Amino acid sequence: MESIYLAIVLAPLLGAAVAGLLGRQVGRAGAHSVTIAGVAVSFFLSAYVFWQHAVAGAAPYNDSVYTWLVSDGFRFEVGFLVDRLTALMMLVVTFVSFMVHIYTIGYMRDDPGYQRFFALISLFTFSMLMLVMANNFLQLFFGWEAVGLVSYLLIGFWFRRPSAIYANLKAFIVNRVGDMAFVLGIAALVLHTSSLDYATLFARADELSGITLSLLPGTEWSLLSVACILLFIGAMAKSAQVPLHVWLPDSMEGPTPISALIHAATMVTAGIFMVARMSPLYEHSVAALGFILVIGAITAFFMGLIGLVQNDIKRVVAYSTLSQLGYMTVALGASAYAAGIFHLMTHAFFKALLFLAAGSVIIAMHHEQDMRRMGGLGKYMPVTYVTALIGALALIGFPGFSGFFSKDGIIEAVHLSATPGAGFAYVLVLAGVFVTALYTFRMFFMVFHGEERFRHAPPPEHGHDEDHGHHGHHGSGGEPRESPWVVTLPLVLLAIPSVFAGYLIGPLLFGDFFNGVLQVDPSRDVLAELGHHYHGVWGYLAHGLMMPPFWLAMAGLVSAWYIYLRRPGIARVARERLPWLHATLERGYGFDAFNDAVFAGGTRRLGQFLWRFGDALIIDTLLVNGSSRAVGWAAGRLRLGQTGYLYHYAFAMIIGLLGLILAFAL
Amino acid sequence: MVLILGDRVPEASRRLALAFAVLTFLISIPLFVYFDRGTHEMQFQEWVPWIQVFDIHYHLGVDGISMPLILLTAFTTVLVVIAAWDVIQYRVSQYMAAFLILEGLMHGVFAALDAVLFYVFFEAMLIPMFLVIGIWGGPNRIYATLKFFLYTFFGSVFLLISLIYLYVQAGSFAILDLHQVPLGMTAQILLFLAMLLAFAVKIPMFPVHTWLPDAHVEAPTGGSVILAAIMLKIGTYGFLRFSLPILPDASMALDWLMITLSLIAVVYVGLVALMQQDMKKLIAYSSIAHMGFVTLGLFIPFMVFANTGDWQGAALGISGGMVQMISHGLVSAALFLCIGVLYDRMHSRRIADYGGVANTMPWFGALFVLFAMANAGLPGTSGFVGEFMVILASFRADFWIAFLAATTLILAAAYTLWLVKRVIYGEVANDQVAQLQDLNRREFWVLGVLAVAVLLLGVWPAPLLDVMNETVDHLVRHIAVSKL
Repeated sequence: MESIYLAIVLAPLLGAAVAGLLGRQVGRAGAHSVTIAGVAVSFFLSAYVFWQHAVAGAAPYNDSVYTWLVSDGFRFEVGFLVDRLTALMMLVVTFVSFMVHIYTIGYMRDDPGYQRFFALISLFTFSMLMLVMANNFLQLFFGWEAVGLVSYLLIGFWFRRPSAIYANLKAFIVNRVGDMAFVLGIAALVLHTSSLDYATLFARADELSGITLSLLPGTEWSLLSVACILLFIGAMAKSAQVPLHVWLPDSMEGPTPISALIHAATMVTAGIFMVARMSPLYEHSVAALGFILVIGAITAFFMGLIGLVQNDIKRVVAYSTLSQLGYMTVALGASAYAAGIFHLMTHAFFKALLFLAAGSVIIAMHHEQDMRRMGGLGKYMPVTYVTALIGALALIGFPGFSGFFSKDGIIEAVHLSATPGAGFAYVLVLAGVFVTALYTFRMFFMVFHGEERFRHAPPPEHGHDEDHGHHGHHGSGGEPRESPWVVTLPLVLLAIPSVFAGYLIGPLLFGDFFNGVLQVDPSRDVLAELGHHYHGVWGYLAHGLMMPPFWLAMAGLVSAWYIYLRRPGIARVARERLPWLHATLERGYGFDAFNDAVFAGGTRRLGQFLWRFGDALIIDTLLVNGSSRAVGWAAGRLRLGQTGYLYHYAFAMIIGLLGLILAFAL
Repeated sequence: MVLILGDRVPEASRRLALAFAVLTFLISIPLFVYFDRGTHEMQFQEWVPWIQVFDIHYHLGVDGISMPLILLTAFTTVLVVIAAWDVIQYRVSQYMAAFLILEGLMHGVFAALDAVLFYVFFEAMLIPMFLVIGIWGGPNRIYATLKFFLYTFFGSVFLLISLIYLYVQAGSFAILDLHQVPLGMTAQILLFLAMLLAFAVKIPMFPVHTWLPDAHVEAPTGGSVILAAIMLKIGTYGFLRFSLPILPDASMALDWLMITLSLIAVVYVGLVALMQQDMKKLIAYSSIAHMGFVTLGLFIPFMVFANTGDWQGAALGISGGMVQMISHGLVSAALFLCIGVLYDRMHSRRIADYGGVANTMPWFGALFVLFAMANAGLPGTSGFVGEFMVILASFRADFWIAFLAATTLILAAAYTLWLVKRVIYGEVANDQVAQLQDLNRREFWVLGVLAVAVLLLGVWPAPLLDVMNETVDHLVRHIAVSKL
């Protein structure tokens, strides 16, 4: 068994190594063949592993591969834990990655960094697999940081663009803020169990819940709560939850395939996965769960609102990702881990689909991303149009599409939850449904319907297409065309699960699929409660038609149609009537400005001050050079005593003699 | 090992120097291979009477603490010799000889088991380094060498006094005998402070660190590499060999001081590093911050014991500090070599003179990013291992110490990657950058070998830890016993 897991992990790594180190030798075709082959191996083996665990009922696999280090009675190992949760994640990761690899052939066709790009996305697949297959915190953290590294390298893929290298630095550092908390969380757990293995930690969760920690003198904190919250802060950075979300919108500077793979489908869900994986620990800390619930709800609603005012097609999808990650987080907070993972899965499919569709549009528009210069593209690009429609319907939770099932599960779960903050969260996630539908179809209509604004758009003054605009034909030359098959095939293949993945709701949410993997305290098991009323998927569907989320989604869809197609003036009027609201949303509530001024600016000023004042003035000038000058001065004084004149010395001797005699005499 | 012969034929002296450096490295490999991992005793000992009146001997031997450092020294010297191949055209044979002498002295420091012998090596090492900076250094080299020499010499005098006092007490200069000598608290505190002066300057610890940036800036690449990779470690090695085992009670009593200074190094110096405009200064400050992690790891055991009542986690801190020493040796060597590569082409170390180097030097850019990530402590590189272990140990002592130590995750990433952004990424900044040539074969191999070492140690640090474990455990058992 072990060799199959190793093969799954190492195949993409090998592909990455060949494409990265021997890029020039193997050439473009060589690079994409070898990486796609690697990921394909990974995908098919993952599918086999999934089948074994989900259908054939294989027992969870948990074993180490090699010993990383031994010190002081601590034994750090690298190993795999493969159970149904892992198998599901492996399948999702390798499938989306496989699709993105194929898509990239078309999207990056003319880019000079072709081989490097393939090497990096394969390296990403390796890192992400290491993350989800880890059986211990060390390896989890390795994968956690490795995906961050690849994300950094890919956001800055077009490294000549100032905006790209600003965005990647920002992404890395914001993630490091989370990682700092994450490491401390790991340390908190490890030091009381002397083990990094999940299995050991979970087995001792009860015992851990009794331990307290004194963070401030005189206060006692539950160790497990502190650890869980610290770990979740790590997840907030990786999964872009307020206030550590600021890096994700900027990450759209990276090429679109990685926006789909890394910043929508897989990497950003690592935090969700991690919390679900740690459910045996989180269940012991209501404080942590309440915290998660509130953070998730805020992200779900307020980030969705920002999506309403974005004009860059990728940024709309990015804010939508933030909002959907908020939904998953809310599910975790409500102890509905399975619902969170279920939404993670459906979201991976439909959001990857939406991003890739957006990419297809961007290709057709010659790397124009501003939706105000699009419109009416539906009839030129039928495949993209239909698949994007499927993605959009899945995203807003239209009945029958995958998002309907997964999002409904979350909303119902929060409704029933009694965890502190659940009432607040329920209101926000419900309102979020309307917002989601509104921004989604605003985008959809602006891009695919209405006036063909690209015909009379002025040539972009400072477009996003300068650096890799090797497509040669800028501006409005030529009709928009459907993208080549390497681009549309992944769209079609992703559209299929975007529709049908939802029908797995029975086993995943209410069945025993996650038994023994996700642990929920019986007093908080809202999904089990929901399960009592669950009578098959069609009943669920019919029931959903009578619930508020459906009507809110419809209201959002119709509003979008009315505002953006029927009466395009309304949006402008609203903007003029409520300039403060618009400005607030445009500025993303001022998070960026605040961080720039306080954290980035403050740190730089502090560093400058410590350097100039502390090091240069106090230490160097006053202490070091000061002491050397003092020595020089003292030496100069002493020299006065050594004049070389005999009578001076004689005089001094006489004085000394007199002093001695005097001393004896007294 | 001396090489004054080939003065007229630089090529010959290069080859000869390389041959000797490689030979030394090859000789040091059996130390690793045949090292007995099951004992804390000194191994591969050599013992020759030297000055018998004072019972001083030429006594060498290695244990799990010193052996990895000796390997590191031999390895780094080979790289330095290769890196200087084309760059040094002035007094080649003397340059090479200086480095080989330096290597010998550094090996001596790590292997010496006699306190006087240690002191002799410790001091003698200054001379070749003084010459290297003074002769092959930059424009302001005289100020820098003087500062370097006086600073370090100032510290060493106190070490000598301490050693003489210990001799009077113990009647022996053998370091292992000194470990056993009973000492009162006052004596321990005074000796600890005296040794602290000697070792803190070498490391360097805040606030006696300002000589390092100046020395680095003026030193030639090879000098910087040896300085950062090996010479800084001699201070922390001194703590391990002298302060901790000889003065356990003083170490315990003054742990707060050491931990505070270490944390200042991590946070304060990290912030200072952020604002540097000179690449070498930036890496120099980053070295100080990283060495702060070493001293934190060495002294956190006492705080662990004070706060939890047992020594569980102590060895983790000390081993973490040692791994950090080795890792920093590799990573800082690599970064200084990288800066050397740029300096040889552009004759500037100012960050503002660069930008978009990745456009013209893609391989260099890739390697530089790798080393930068190692400097920022990315898991999978050697930089992570030691930091992780030290943070774990610190958490056991106190949450807030671990918190301050962990800020390095942010600070190190900030100053290193900001450097990468300004130098490697971006549009080609000027004509000079546009004309840069990518790494030649020699440079590529030197950096490539370091990259492999950095990754290997990050992915599989177990062999290194296996060597140290027995010695470190013994050290912890030793310091746990009060001498009062």
